[in-house]
Formats: sequence, structure tokens, C-alpha cells
Amino acid sequence: MLNLPIIRWGTPYSSLEQEDVTHFITGEPLARMSLANPGLLARDMRHVERARAVLTEIPIPELAAMMKKAGELFVNATLPIGDGEQSPEDFARAQSATTGLPVHLCQANMRKNHFVLSNMDKILDALTRGLDPAILSRGYGRESRGVIVSYQAQTAALGLVLPSNSPGVHALWLPAIPMQIGLVIKPGSQEPWTPYRMIAAFTAAGVPKEAMAIYPGHADIGGEVVRRVDRAMIFGGASTVRQYRGDPRVQVHGPGFSKILLGDDIVDQWEKYLDVMIESVASNGGRGCINTSGIWASRHTKEIAQAIAEKIGPTPALPPEDPQAALAAFAVPGAAKAIWNTVAAQLREPGATHVTERFGERLVELQRTGYIRPTVVHSASPALQLANTEFMYPFVSVVECPQEEMLKKIGPTLVATAITNDAPWQRKLIDAPCIDRLNLGPIPTTRLDWLQPHEGNIVEFLFRPRAFQTLASSAA
Amino acid sequence: MTHAQHKAALDAHVREIVAWHFDPKTGSPFWLDFASKLGWDPRREIRRFEDLHKFPPFEDEWLRGGPVRRWIPQGLAGKPAYVFETGGTTGIPKSRVQLEDFRIDYEMFSDTLPDQYFPRGANWLMLGPSGPRRLRLAVEHLCQHRGGICFCVDLDPRWVVKLIKAGQMEQLELYKAHVIEQAVTILGAGHEIKCMFTTPKLLEGLAEALEDRGTSIREQGITGIFAGGTEFTPQFTRFATEELLGPGVYMTPTYGNTLMGLACSKPVSAADGYKISYFAPQPRAAIEVVSFDDADKVVGYGETGRVRLTTLTKETFVPGFLERDEGEREAPCDLYPWDGISGVRPFRSLAGGTTVGVY
Repeated sequence: MLNLPIIRWGTPYSSLEQEDVTHFITGEPLARMSLANPGLLARDMRHVERARAVLTEIPIPELAAMMKKAGELFVNATLPIGDGEQSPEDFARAQSATTGLPVHLCQANMRKNHFVLSNMDKILDALTRGLDPAILSRGYGRESRGVIVSYQAQTAALGLVLPSNSPGVHALWLPAIPMQIGLVIKPGSQEPWTPYRMIAAFTAAGVPKEAMAIYPGHADIGGEVVRRVDRAMIFGGASTVRQYRGDPRVQVHGPGFSKILLGDDIVDQWEKYLDVMIESVASNGGRGCINTSGIWASRHTKEIAQAIAEKIGPTPALPPEDPQAALAAFAVPGAAKAIWNTVAAQLREPGATHVTERFGERLVELQRTGYIRPTVVHSASPALQLANTEFMYPFVSVVECPQEEMLKKIGPTLVATAITNDAPWQRKLIDAPCIDRLNLGPIPTTRLDWLQPHEGNIVEFLFRPRAFQTLASSAA
Repeated sequence: MTHAQHKAALDAHVREIVAWHFDPKTGSPFWLDFASKLGWDPRREIRRFEDLHKFPPFEDEWLRGGPVRRWIPQGLAGKPAYVFETGGTTGIPKSRVQLEDFRIDYEMFSDTLPDQYFPRGANWLMLGPSGPRRLRLAVEHLCQHRGGICFCVDLDPRWVVKLIKAGQMEQLELYKAHVIEQAVTILGAGHEIKCMFTTPKLLEGLAEALEDRGTSIREQGITGIFAGGTEFTPQFTRFATEELLGPGVYMTPTYGNTLMGLACSKPVSAADGYKISYFAPQPRAAIEVVSFDDADKVVGYGETGRVRLTTLTKETFVPGFLERDEGEREAPCDLYPWDGISGVRPFRSLAGGTTVGVY
């Protein structure tokens, strides 16, 4: 069995407190993970400045090239992990075994990370809007249009409190290292695999190990990461989002409530967009915050719900190794049943109709785990509880709502795909503050263009543009 | 003494204490009233430690509210009495009346402290809870018993728990900083302090604050730390020993509460994986590790169970109190030839509802 140590700025440390990372079906331990105590993390953060110092010695284009190499290693190489090593195949199997995500989806997530790492130069160029990378390193510089600009790093390292169940999110933090910002990672208790493999790939590609730290642990370690690092990304539920709302040091990634909005001008041809809707709801096991959980239209909602249900309702719960497996298991015992009970209770509200009911039981309980099969609900009104909610499996509520009411009712929406050619409404969609990412046209909510910022631009999160004046003779 | 001799001494002590508490001339109003409803005479039926199981489980609710004099044995009437409280964040706190027990407990504990690190005559810093807590006076007495003068800080653990429950983490950090600042000021004021009591979180906070000022616990002259108050893990002990204290500073974890007094740990060592095993101050108090399903069944050595505590002093009789902690039963050792407990942590079915603060 693998032993996964704490990584203290590149140096492994084996804790006296350890926890097994277990197979979600068999309960077999796959790794034993060292758990950090908060004081240990706090102590290491006294040296956080060194993380940025060692990175700023390497020019950003060189770090971006290292990312490209790391991407290759991440998908293709056998890399050290803890006291052992792991091939790409072992990695996908291990990740599937502890998170419940099918193996082929784990492999797809590896390819996504590879894509982001391979295109890091383009991503940085897009996110910085073409800024000369040397300006980020030096803190200031003259742009091609002759203006002095200054970007001040807001932290020496980015703290990450990562989720256990969504291997898809890791691409979000990958731009930190090439922007010369270190990493302080608390991995999810069921998904240590990506952080350890990513750090191994970075190290093998030439990134100084002193810039990276991993602290597995319980909830107190998550709190300590946020407390000790000046900028942190944290993944959690609605309560986590509430806890950190308004804290400029923290970027919270919670439920997305992503939606597809069908305009009155096209809704009569809704069948043309069925594939976009299905991909948005069901891809990647329906687990992401970018998966669609609501499809809003003023009419035809019952037919739309029916058509989606016919496509995804019969989806079976298949073993994770099955290449056809489209559903992720809920790896925490009892979780599937608890979630299904919530859905079932809310389905009792008048106006909510369970459209996938005729395709058999949704809850599939196994000995240690459970699945919930895709669920399509018709909501006769946006006021229903199930009209605007999100669950971590393919769940969608098709909501009947007049077009002119939609923007008042949809609430916070991470990705909105608005299918309409109605120019005045498009204008309102563009201006709607409740929408974060906007796709105008039939683009699945799950298809992210990595050249676009996600939930706030990571460059603006890590660097502050500020005024800077100097005389030529005093320039550093 | 051998394990068997200690057991015989414990049984004799049980008979003596039961005779005292249930004698109409010496017993407390509470226990005499209790016995009158039992239908059997504890003085006749209780002959050995195990017989204490004949009592119904001790309910901590009995400790709430007054009049507290009902707990004072008539044989000790007229002596100056203290009342100490536990909990109390909401509602009426549990209380224990004490006359001399806290002094006796801490004098016994004093005998376990190595003079090399806790020098006689050295001054102490009490960096722990103040107010109606037994610990505050007990540590001061320990220090005085060893010939020193004890410096204290203001720390209200009930406010800490309220801040945590309200999610006011920023206020919590400010309060912690306020407490630590008092300690840093005292340590820097030329009081020749060499020993201290503190909790794991305050120890971390103090070490950090001193390091921010370019100094350390060791450089401030501290050589001995008596630590307790909250859960102690081997990992924390190792971390503190290796990284916060360094060589020359000795830390001894303890486990205790207002009811029991103080359980000492077997000396903790790197060779033993910083394992922390506690032993109650038998025969004045005894710890049993009992089955989660049957509180009268002691688990096997190395097995996990809930802490069941029995206090047997002339001031206090508490048979079979089920604590809010669990751990593994430990075999007797040379220093403490009776059962102990290791891996103490909040009882699993209560853990979700327990708030562990700076104290």
C-alpha cells in the first residue's frame, strides 16, 4: 500500500496521524495518507515568501514550457507518488476507486488537465489580455502602447482546499505556478491523487519543489489554509459559499446552478437543441458545477422534459471499469440515499413532476455505495424548490417560465447557455449580473473555453493592478 | 507494589470511602438522601471496586444547580469551601464543591514532575482558563507547593466557545491574540518564569508570537510545560517537541477534569511513537475503558471504549461517571501499576456536538 506523506515545501513528512484512502466498493485501503496538524501548516507558512522567490527566478515563459512538459508527464509517465510510483493507468484506476467516477471519465479529466497545461502560454496570454509576462514578474513595466502598468502579487502562494469528488476542477489552479505563485494544497480526503501526481509532474518538469506544499487533513486544515494564505480557492457546498462571501482573500467554488435558457424565438424548434441539453446535463457524470441543472423555457417544457428523460432516464448504474459507465457512484456510504430522499421529498410539492419515474428506480444501493440514475423533473413554476437546485449527478429541472421573467428568477448562474436570436433579450442577458459565464447560442454549458476566465479571472485574483510611477533613474 | 497489591489497596479504599459517604454522621446530604431511596445499604454491599457497578449510572445533570452544600460531607462541615464550574456556555454549569481535593491532587501530580525541568522555587505562568475554573487555582497551588509564584492571564473559555459557535473566527483570533499578548508581556517582564501550564492551541500561539518577536519559548527561559485542557494527539506532541520547543524544554501531557482531578501520562518518547497513555491518580480516582454498548463491561487491553470515571475521595464520591471521551485501554506500567487509557479523543457519538476551543 502506498504511503502519502505531507509535503512541506517539497520535503516529505510522515505524520503520526494517518488515514486510509479506501476503495468505494470493497473498502480496501489503497493508500495511507499522513494527516497534518494545523500548527504544522502554520509553521511552514512562515516561509511562504520563499515559494514565490524561487519561482520568480525562472521567467514565466520557461515556467509555461515546464507546464507543457508536466502535462506530457501527467498523462503519459510513471511518476513517483509517496513511497511508490504510479503509471497513468494506475492513476485513473485509483482515482476511480476512491471517488466513484468511472475510469474512462477519470482518463478524460487527465486529458483535460493535459490540454490546459499544454496550452498554458496561450491561457496566460488570454487571461492577462496579452500582458508581457515580464511585467508580472517584475511587478511593473511599459506596455507596447507606451503606458506604465503595474501588477502586484497579492500572495506568495495560492491556498487550495480541494474537493473529494470532482476530479474535473483541478484545471482551475494550474495557472498559478507559471504566474510564479506557489501552491499550498489541502487535497480532498478521497481524491489525493491529482495533487500528488500534479506536483510530481511539475517537479519532474523542473519546477522548484520548494514552491509547493500538500497538507492532507481534516476540516481544521482547510480552515488553516484559508487563514494562513493571502489568497485561497476553496471548493464546497452552499454553506461554504455563505461562510466566505465577501472575503476578497477567498474564491469559493460552490454549486453552479448552471442553466440553459431557451428564447421564445427558438423554443418551438427545441428538438434541434436536444443534444446540447443532454450533453450539458449528463457529461462527466453530471457532477460538475458547470453541468446544467435547469432548462428554462416559456412553453413546450413538458415535451422537452419528456424527450430528455427518454434519452437519459434508462442510463444504468454500471461498474466503474465499464467503458459505457456514465454515472459516478456516491463514494461516501449513505450519501446516495440521503440525496435521493431530499429529491423525493421535494418532488411531493404540487407542480413538480418526476418525468424519469417510468424508467425505473432512481436510487441504486450497493453494499457500501450508491448511485442515483439521471433524474428529469418538470417544474410548473420557478417558485418550486426543485426548479432551482443542484445535485451531484445528472439532475435537471425543466422549468416553465415566461421569457420576460427569467432573468428575475434564475438567481446565481455559473454558466448560462442562452439560445436565442432576439437581440434585445441578448442585450439583457449580457447585462444580467446573475450570470457568470454566458454562452450565446447552442453551446453546451460543460464545454469550457480555457482561454476564458472561470468564476473570476485568476490573474485578477492573484495580482492587483495598481498605479505605479517612477523616474527612469530610480527604476529597479 | 504489584498490580494485585494495588487492586487490594483500591478495594480497601473503596470500602473506606463508601463507609464515610454513607455514614449518617459523616456523609453528604446528597448521598444520604440517595441511599435512603436505594433499598440497599452501600456500606454492606460495596466490598470492592467492581461492586460500585451496583449504583445506577451517575448522571451529570445532578451536578447542575444548588444548593451546592448538599455535596459537602457532614464530616467536613465548617471548612472553607470552593465551588468550581465546568461548561456553562449556555444554561446552568455543572459544579463541584471542593475543600482540599484540588490541592491534594496537584501535590500528588507535583511528585511526577522532573525537578530538572520544573525546578523547585521557579515561578510559573498559568496560560489557561481563569474564572470559576478549578485549573486556575490548582496550577497556582502546584506552583506554590513547589516554592514558586504563579503569574496568570485573563481567559474566559465560555466566550471562546460562543465565538466558535457563532462562526466569529476573526473575533476568535483577536481574543486568542489578546490572551497570548498577556503571556508574552509577562514572560518579557523579568519574572524569572521557568514553568508553565498551557493548552495545545495556546502553546502554538505563544510559540508563534515569540518567534514573530525573534525569540522562542526556550529563549524566554521556559524549561517545563505542563499541558492539558484539550485533546492531545501524538502528532501534536511530536510537532511541539520537535518544532516548537526544541531540546531542553520538557512537556508533559495530562488528561483531567474538575471531577477526576488529573491523570498523568507515562513519559512520552519519540521511541514509543509519542504515544500518550494516561493513568488516573488511583486510588483517589480510577479510569475504566468500557464497552460502548454496556457501560459495566470493561473492554480488553488495546480495545476501544468509552471513559468511565470513578472519584473516590473523602470530599467527593462519584461512582461510574460516563465521560465525553473515548480511547484505548492500556495495560499497567511500572510507574502506574493499574489500567490506563491512550488515544483519548471526544466520544464518537458526541464529537459532532462538542466545541473544542482554545481551551
